[in-house]
Amino acid sequence: MEQYLTQIAPEQRSLETKNLNVYYGGTIHKLHDVSLQIPQNAITALIGASGSSKSTFLRSLNRMNDKVAKVTGQIIYAGIDINHKDINVYQLRKQIGMVFQRPNPFAKSIYDNITYALKANGVKDSAVLDQAVEDSLRAAALWDEVKDSLHKSALALSGGQQQRLCIARALAMKPDILLLDEPASALDPVSTAKLEETLKQLRDQYTMVMVTHNMQQASRISDYTAFFHMGNIVEYDRTEKIFTTPRVTLTEQYINGSFG
Amino acid sequence: MSDKKHTHTHQLQQASRETRHEWYGKTITLASVVGIIILVVAIIYFIGQRGLAAFTTDHVKVTDFLFSADWNPLDGKQYVGAAAMIVTSFLVMILATLLAVPFALALGIFMTEFTKKRLTKYLQIMIELLAGIPSVVYGFLGVTIIVPAIRTIFGGAGFGILAGILVLFVMVLPTITSLTIDALKGVPAQYRQASLALGATWWQTTSKVILRAATPGILTAIIFGMARAFGEALAVQMVIGNAVLMPHNLISPAATLTSQLTSQLGNTVNGTLANNALWSLALFLLLMSLAFNLVVRIIGKRKG
Amino acid sequence: MKRKNNAKLQNKIAMITIYCLVGTVCLILLGILGYILGTGLPHVSWHFLTSESSSFQAHGGVRDQLFNSLYLLVLTLIISVPIALGAAIYLTEYARDNWLTNLLRTMIEVLSSLPSIVVGLFGYSLFVIKFELSFSILAGALTLTFFNLPLLTRNIEEALRTVPATQREAGLALGLSYWKTVYGVVLPSALPGIITGIVLSAGRIFGEAAALIYTAGQSNATVSYTDWNPFSPTSFLNVMRPAETLAVHIWKVNSEGLIPDATLVASATAAILVIVVLIFNVSARALGNFIYKKITSAR
Repeated sequence: MEQYLTQIAPEQRSLETKNLNVYYGGTIHKLHDVSLQIPQNAITALIGASGSSKSTFLRSLNRMNDKVAKVTGQIIYAGIDINHKDINVYQLRKQIGMVFQRPNPFAKSIYDNITYALKANGVKDSAVLDQAVEDSLRAAALWDEVKDSLHKSALALSGGQQQRLCIARALAMKPDILLLDEPASALDPVSTAKLEETLKQLRDQYTMVMVTHNMQQASRISDYTAFFHMGNIVEYDRTEKIFTTPRVTLTEQYINGSFG
Repeated sequence: MSDKKHTHTHQLQQASRETRHEWYGKTITLASVVGIIILVVAIIYFIGQRGLAAFTTDHVKVTDFLFSADWNPLDGKQYVGAAAMIVTSFLVMILATLLAVPFALALGIFMTEFTKKRLTKYLQIMIELLAGIPSVVYGFLGVTIIVPAIRTIFGGAGFGILAGILVLFVMVLPTITSLTIDALKGVPAQYRQASLALGATWWQTTSKVILRAATPGILTAIIFGMARAFGEALAVQMVIGNAVLMPHNLISPAATLTSQLTSQLGNTVNGTLANNALWSLALFLLLMSLAFNLVVRIIGKRKG
Repeated sequence: MKRKNNAKLQNKIAMITIYCLVGTVCLILLGILGYILGTGLPHVSWHFLTSESSSFQAHGGVRDQLFNSLYLLVLTLIISVPIALGAAIYLTEYARDNWLTNLLRTMIEVLSSLPSIVVGLFGYSLFVIKFELSFSILAGALTLTFFNLPLLTRNIEEALRTVPATQREAGLALGLSYWKTVYGVVLPSALPGIITGIVLSAGRIFGEAAALIYTAGQSNATVSYTDWNPFSPTSFLNVMRPAETLAVHIWKVNSEGLIPDATLVASATAAILVIVVLIFNVSARALGNFIYKKITSAR
């Protein structure tokens, strides 16, 4: 299969997969030999039709597929292979945070949503917790909307606010990398615009990998784009190149809307 | 940055608080599960051991126990015949269930086919109430309403098989009904639409298509009802008259396995033949309960 | 043409039959409730609720039986809720599709379909005979636990299954352990359903008698309600004393008939029992909804 993958300079790589394969139920081969170098402090978009396994790939990066699938190959992070059985996945997930398709705040107050995992990690000082809540809510551009109702239930927020709360909750763990699985797919256009603005502002401090169905969204906010097709990675390059001068025919057809 | 990454690498390869939590959680939930398994095994073992004593240490013949109606264990091992109680238990169970099934089907059809939301809700509450009334209360109602009524209509003491059947009828009704409703709800809506579109009347559709499709579920419901009737103790004991006699008509006093156990266990001395014989009745109950379970499983497998 | 008319006639007859049968059941239920409350309630008085029962004379009360029923209920729930919770968490969260899970499900099914008299006899042979606890509240509470476990486990399991998988993912993605996610995130979300399940099972425990007559016993020791030392033999909190509950009292009064006002006492006790069970049934859902609202809405 025709393929073009750009290289990222070693010192700029935040995460790298080598020959990643994912199998479901022992026999279903979902992801084929994906090797991808993800740059730090940038947004990398993963695009492709439904069933292209882009979400499967994303969920392998923080080992969320552990229970449901077999993942082979290497995922290099901070100089070691994190796709190894001896890796402490709990520590790993604190450094590689994740935001999901549907907003999934806990059935707790806004404040507790952010502090629950911190408390579980042994942070007890209430001044530290207060500060973490404010910092992460500001970073997720939610602070001004909720600062007077921190002790209200998170379930009372709108969908867009809930999703930004989920981002704030992930940021409070001070991760290196943020994985976003179609974070705007359940949101209305106004909330989506706000979310995209938030992500752009976070780019300077975090490495972000985002699955999206929406090609406009990928072109608007991402720096790099990877195109997946039926479990294979077809093309990976800077976003403007993918959308203006793709090198692989299949990518071009997808961008032009011939299928998908 | 590189320093931070270095410490991260270190952490990533070490166990942490979470690793311990995971072990802890798995262990205590597994302990509950193992506890339940041990409990059930212990029940079967204890009842089995005590129930077999009459046969092993007192040398009662299994054939006598099952087929003889001579029940007078105080007089010796030849008089440990449980046939009268076994027959009564089955008779009461079958007749109570037969009586309840038409009502349960009617309620089930009414609640799934007629879509008056409010009425359905009230009926649902009603069925839950019937299921929630304690069995001794049913027994008490049997003693104060049904027994005198039978006495007036048919003469005699009033205590007897018929009273037992009527009390059990009301008790198994909610069990059979709620499971029948589940079974009927499981029938896909297209079945009905297709049949009605072919010009069948509502009743033809319901009886030939809906009920037929729901048959395995309804059978399961009936088995559960039978199991409840067979195992119910106090309500039956209060109205059946407690005389170990082969039933010859519906108003004669009799005793079921459960009623005999309930009323006599306190009157026997632990370890005697009379006591062991009662435990054999308990073992019979246990085995029947396992058999009901097995039948439900077989029906379930056929369905799937 | 004739066939069609026949079908229509059948249709009509079927409809009428169904209405009649459903109507009959409604009448039976109304009759039962009306009779119990109508004959029983007039006899329920403050005196009845607060005085001791008598063995031979009229005008006894049910003070001790009422307390025993509540005490046994509380003890049973204290023992059975943690075990049922553990088993339900195992089944929903950890169980894989293997022989152990299969065995466990079979065991729970078997336990839930055992007649309560059989469970009671097991409790009798284990606690009263083997462990020589004699007829006691402790033996009764443990036996009721066995009786309660399968249903409660199933109720809690159902409540846990209503919590979406996305909640578990949210916890795991923050680096929480699965266990911490379950008890810190999933359990609070499932709490309304769990509470409903517990209260419903409480109604069943409160009305159960067959499992108790040979474990908690059919008689009462004289107790003092001012003695708060649970190890004192005369304390109302002592778990080693025999205890007759309301449900057992109805059965006892009826089958022995030693007191002249047996029917009155039984009907009043039945009325109390039914009212308490009704309260449990009605409040189960209301309480669940209330807690749900508390969790989801503004504080």
